[in-house]
Amino acid sequence: MAYAAGVDVGSTQTKAVIIDEAARIVGRALTETGANVMRAAENAFREALAEGDIREEEVEYVVGTGYGRYKVTFGNTQVTEISCHGRGAVHMFPNTRTVVDMGGQDTKAIRVSSRGEIVDFCMNDKCAAGTGRFLGAASAALDIPLEELGPTALRGERPVKISTTCTVFAETEVLSWLGKGKKIEDILLGVHQSIASRSVGLLWRTGIEEEVTFTGGVARNVAMIEALERELKLKVNVSEESHYMGALGAALFALDHILASREPARAMRGAS
Amino acid sequence: METAQKEAGIVGRGNREGARLFREWFEELTRAAEEGRGGAYVFVMGSLGELLRVFDLPVVFPEINSLQTAVRKVAHEYLNEAEDLGYSPDICGYVKADIATQHRGGQLPMGRIPKPSIAVLTNACNTYIKWAEIWERMYHMPSYVLDVPGSRADGLLPGPGDRDFENDRRYVSAQLRELIALLEEVTGKRFDVDRLRETLGHANRMNAGWKRVLELNQSRPSLFNALSDGTIYLGVSNGFRGAAQGASYFDDLVEEMEYKQANGIGTLVDEQYRLIFVGVPCYPIFRRFTELFTEHGGTFINSTYLWFASGGSNLGFQYDTKDPVESLAEGLLLGVRDSMDSMFFQTRALAKMIDEYAADGIVFHPIKSCRTVSTGLADNRRALMALRDIPSLFVESDMMDRRVVSEAQLKNRIDAFFEGLASRRQIAAAGRA
Repeated sequence: MAYAAGVDVGSTQTKAVIIDEAARIVGRALTETGANVMRAAENAFREALAEGDIREEEVEYVVGTGYGRYKVTFGNTQVTEISCHGRGAVHMFPNTRTVVDMGGQDTKAIRVSSRGEIVDFCMNDKCAAGTGRFLGAASAALDIPLEELGPTALRGERPVKISTTCTVFAETEVLSWLGKGKKIEDILLGVHQSIASRSVGLLWRTGIEEEVTFTGGVARNVAMIEALERELKLKVNVSEESHYMGALGAALFALDHILASREPARAMRGAS
Repeated sequence: METAQKEAGIVGRGNREGARLFREWFEELTRAAEEGRGGAYVFVMGSLGELLRVFDLPVVFPEINSLQTAVRKVAHEYLNEAEDLGYSPDICGYVKADIATQHRGGQLPMGRIPKPSIAVLTNACNTYIKWAEIWERMYHMPSYVLDVPGSRADGLLPGPGDRDFENDRRYVSAQLRELIALLEEVTGKRFDVDRLRETLGHANRMNAGWKRVLELNQSRPSLFNALSDGTIYLGVSNGFRGAAQGASYFDDLVEEMEYKQANGIGTLVDEQYRLIFVGVPCYPIFRRFTELFTEHGGTFINSTYLWFASGGSNLGFQYDTKDPVESLAEGLLLGVRDSMDSMFFQTRALAKMIDEYAADGIVFHPIKSCRTVSTGLADNRRALMALRDIPSLFVESDMMDRRVVSEAQLKNRIDAFFEGLASRRQIAAAGRA
């Protein structure tokens, strides 16, 4: 049995996924990227190997993705996370035609074909407004752990109108609402709705075709799922593996390579 | 041996000679500045270099000066200086770099520019008008704004003989006569119609050459990169419009491209993808930006920039030297209208370009500091996608300000674009098999 691996080195976290020849996930790992990007990639890969109880030499092909993809020095090739998220999303939800990926530093709107190829895509520009980073800043400003932001926001009833999703001004924005006596849950609900609205703006630029799949680290946030569905007026697919979707897509590209490299041999066997 | 020598002399000559002409141009501008002679400040969309040369006015293109500061990696110094003076980060980067240049006494990395004796501009860009007003206040000199009627609707392009066109031409012609009187007043020189005939003759050769060079890039492999090489040719077409050197340069450039075509010499060794560029280049990382595409075997075969920023030279318009002022009015009207159409009604022309140049993809490059060329690009893209099934990339950066240029983000998107192009090609090949 040969295995394929994908390592997604993101701006805040590094994810690794190992799949078998049937494209089943057999190992996954997540680490903080930190300053040593190469080490983060290695650590994530090794942890994924350990989780799947797989030896390194059993992994035939490794694809690096994410901003740090060229730092996956043990990888065989690189593919952008735009292609990888598209591929991963279609693998998990075959009817996916639109992907919204919300990460720590950017948000992507991706239109895909039935085979997972990119038809069109659009991302936020150099500014990180409206990305997961804003949630991180809100979490720090309100002293609420990141994973509790979503459940807290869902308790909100009267969301405030967030005028800026600029990460730099997140604290000022949040504190000004606190100063006006607004409840934390209403502020957070407003934050989620504001980010969702900005993300849907990106989706409109590529065109929205059902089904829509939500990927990336922020897809674990229940309030963001709800805010997106409210803004889009349709249900979105969210996988338990959403955080690993880029790494999964990379692993699927790696598997393509393994299978393609065997084709001549198969053809020979067929002829004989 | 002989062939190799000939090739060494011809191939790349346009770039080498372009650089030499640029140096000479700035040497002349520096001399004018040092001698206290004033220049004519003009813009790429309707410079009227043909007319200004008749009055021996050195032509200064503030847009070209500003972009040169970005290419030479010093734009941030100029932009910061203008912002310190109170100019907003949100306005045109070319304007701000020029403001700082004026405050530095015309000093630029390439030389020194003279102060303006007159500014001549058209309505092709609304910023031109406010920009010239700044010089008026700084130097108390006149500026002349030519109001050139644009197209009334997409595809509605009346030509000579049409009643609307003739009215428009008379309108432009009357303005030119006013401008000539103003130039006589400013320079103290009488208008010499025979000299205008001479400069129009040079412009005719240049226009014909520019059109031919653009058409020659339909070759496979393409002969020059419309973004990197093309911008050099474009600079010469602007700076030397109506000059004998400009005409000769384009004669030689046609010869170079025909030679490359005949010998199958492409701009890339292995051309994989033929691309069209829409917008203004990313000058802060000018060379690198092109490399981000050529690394994937992608080259730009044409660009709307070579169209609108050439002030209509791309049309190959031939002036009638028997009736120079009327013909100049007609050429200006057609050229500036074409420049404006490249921004407002570009879809149909882009579709034609895709077909004629056998393009594989199209890159839209809106920029932060130029609303004129960037507003509406998203809609133009959507409209084009409805007309042609062609992959497109939409990447934003800037023409001047490196603070809003992120190479890592650009690379990510460009890489993804090429991944899409590759898989599209794979699928097409599988479909044929």
